Amino acid sequence: MHVVVVGAGVIGAACAEALSAAGATVTVVDRSGPAAGTTGAGEGNVLVSDKEPGPELELAQAARRQLPELLAKLADELGPELSDVEWQPKGGLVVATTDPRPLRDFAERQRTAGVTAHEITPEQAFELEPNLTREITTAVHYPEDGQVQPVLLATTLLSAVRQRGGRLLSGVTATGATKSALVTDSGTIACDHIVNACGPWAGDFASKLGAPLPVLPRRGLILVTTPVADLVRHKVYDADYVGAVASGDADLQTSTVVESTPAGTVLIGSSRQRVGFDETIQVDVLRELARKAIRLFPRLAGVNVMRAYGGFRPYTPDHLPVVGADPRVPGLWHATGHEGAGIGLAVATGRLLAELMTGQEPHVDPKPFRVDRPGLAA
Amino acid sequence: MNVTINGEPATVEPGRTIAAVVPNVGVFCAIGVCHGCLVTVNDVPDVRACQRVLREGDEVITR
Amino acid sequence: MTIVVVGAGPAGVNAAVTAARAGKDVLLIDSAARIGGQYHRQSFRAKEIRVAHERVRHLPDTTVWAIEDNRLHLTGSRVVTAEKLILATGAYDRTLPFPGWDLPGVYTAGAAQAMAKGQGIALGRNVIVAGTGPFLLPVASSLLDVGAKVRVFEANSPSHRWLREPTALFAGRRKLLELTRYAKVARHYRERTAVIAAHGDDRVREVTVAELDDNWNPLRQKRIAVDAVCVGYGFVPQLELAIAAGCRLSDGFVAVDEQQRTSVPWIFAAGEITGVGGADLAADEGVIAGAAAAGVQLGLTVDRRFADALTRVYAVKDGWKSWLTDDTIICRCERVTRHRLQEATGRGATATRAVKLASRAGLGPCQGRICGATVADLLDLDPTTFARRPIATPIPLGDLAANPVEEQ
Repeated sequence: MHVVVVGAGVIGAACAEALSAAGATVTVVDRSGPAAGTTGAGEGNVLVSDKEPGPELELAQAARRQLPELLAKLADELGPELSDVEWQPKGGLVVATTDPRPLRDFAERQRTAGVTAHEITPEQAFELEPNLTREITTAVHYPEDGQVQPVLLATTLLSAVRQRGGRLLSGVTATGATKSALVTDSGTIACDHIVNACGPWAGDFASKLGAPLPVLPRRGLILVTTPVADLVRHKVYDADYVGAVASGDADLQTSTVVESTPAGTVLIGSSRQRVGFDETIQVDVLRELARKAIRLFPRLAGVNVMRAYGGFRPYTPDHLPVVGADPRVPGLWHATGHEGAGIGLAVATGRLLAELMTGQEPHVDPKPFRVDRPGLAA
Repeated sequence: MNVTINGEPATVEPGRTIAAVVPNVGVFCAIGVCHGCLVTVNDVPDVRACQRVLREGDEVITR
Repeated sequence: MTIVVVGAGPAGVNAAVTAARAGKDVLLIDSAARIGGQYHRQSFRAKEIRVAHERVRHLPDTTVWAIEDNRLHLTGSRVVTAEKLILATGAYDRTLPFPGWDLPGVYTAGAAQAMAKGQGIALGRNVIVAGTGPFLLPVASSLLDVGAKVRVFEANSPSHRWLREPTALFAGRRKLLELTRYAKVARHYRERTAVIAAHGDDRVREVTVAELDDNWNPLRQKRIAVDAVCVGYGFVPQLELAIAAGCRLSDGFVAVDEQQRTSVPWIFAAGEITGVGGADLAADEGVIAGAAAAGVQLGLTVDRRFADALTRVYAVKDGWKSWLTDDTIICRCERVTRHRLQEATGRGATATRAVKLASRAGLGPCQGRICGATVADLLDLDPTTFARRPIATPIPLGDLAANPVEEQ
């Protein structure tokens, strides 16, 4: 079985890895190269804390269980350098600065779905995060939350694919398909299946194959500070994060996610805005992020921000990923629509897709992610 | 003009940059591009020593 | 509404004064305390030279950190609206990496000049100036002026190469005459020679100097004792504001028409960001840009033939890559070695953003200003992709969070 995966972001890379592990011959094509789009502009969140009970949380939990196992396996296969993805299972801390009840209720619902969510006192929160604002009303600690460096994760997965004999073709743009081949600007590639892992551009690509898909870009901006020692230890969010992720509003929404990286920089995300593929910087968005971050960590006011980067996250009308076969075009499969959660959902998405394609028992229920579900109907 | 550098008092000529009076501060480009000479001045971190002209009473901490 | 000029070097000052003479109010913004830029840097001991036109307001110690439509965001939580914008942000030294270039005592050529001219300080007593380009001569000269012993190593062989540029030589005869000012440097000057390694424990003590072939591959080598090395291999334009404003680039510089107009109708560009050509050319371009922004036709044009020849005579040759070893630092901020960079490409990273994030080259405080050209050259990437910096200079988060004050 020869599969061509279109898109070398983390989702395409995870699909390619899982397919090659299942014995398929895999070719990955990307018009730029690995992690050049959405993945390269991501924070690297591997989160369960921000998800309501439901299909997405189940996928996230599955991915969270698989990621350390997969990384250990890839370390054996690739060696320590190529398999290093800066995986940090450091835990997340969600804090409320106003009414504590919504966060409490949310954590309670998550616990019934199997998420580890410890409600802790403000004092305990200050022990975990000494620089946190004193103005918090409650906090929930999520030890399962973690972080990777997304470009490293995508390139590690692709390295495994290549090690197993698969191919990575960078600078090759997919333009269409015939019954048994992908058509690109550098010739056709004969294959049995095509996986559409084009992220926010997945709708465009699907249209070219005669299978329209309602995936749209949602812009996210992240601020990066200069390196600063021991100011932030976990991933820290304010409790309105959940609301912003699940919202369909076009207007700007920001919620604070503050975390440090192994390099010492502090990442501050994340805004969500439906502005098409507009890349221009908006200072009011940056200002809002800065204000909310300082509200959580007042000491950040004196730290320099040196970089801002923006990316486009693929979202669907019902905010669920699309994973599986497209009944309209035999041989076409989709793996997209993960919005800002793709890094954390990638490895379970890849495994699910490989299971469906090879006829194995799926490890998570695939029905909610079907392309012909009512939630995707126009 | 009086300043302190890593806690030590120093007298400097007005108009001097930090890079001109503090040895081994990491100067490479001396025109504010390379950010190699970052110091803390009056508790403000990441100040470029090659660009910052000293003022009376400045407290400079090098890395 | 005013004409805003960013950069107070030869191009910016001339643009500002020209626009002011045409009756416009001008705001001249510069990151330094005094006007002059790199070339006309003022000594802190001398009486300050200011712009003597009442319609020009000089805003010193100020950096434009973002451009959003015609709103310029300034350091110190200030914002200004520009009717017309003239970008004259200049250029800085390009350096090439070599083993040991991260040792204290290795500087850019521009550093030697800035410290000598601005602060009256020699970066060493026994200094080597190495690189390529006519700029090495004034650098050496300013070091001699502050009492250093200086040797100059020019990697190219301009004394032969210029003979193939008769038209440019004629066009640049005034410039060449100016170079005779540096005759005192001549007996310390050697061509086809470069510093290919620096040695020392806590700081540079010795360098390896090599004779080069035409492609800059090392031939005969010897070690020389020094206490400072200043390197400059041409210049890198400061493009981030032009890129943020959406100005079209061409061959690595801001594309302009004969009126110095960029592809964005209300934005003009002058000086080194439109092509490296030196202070006189920059000043002429500034005059044209200032007049055009003020809506005045001067009928002036600039002669770029000499400047264009400079890029041919003093081109950077690929042989420098053979000076590197696996553990040579490529990115100084993040201490990324060539090995680490190769590891990133070995993972398959090809796009600039992926290469940066996989290797960490270009992610430190200088945001790829020093290593961008190097990484681009090593990996065959477009160097201007390293100049995309929506936040043009680091600013405190507290300043970003504050409500900005309107600068009139």
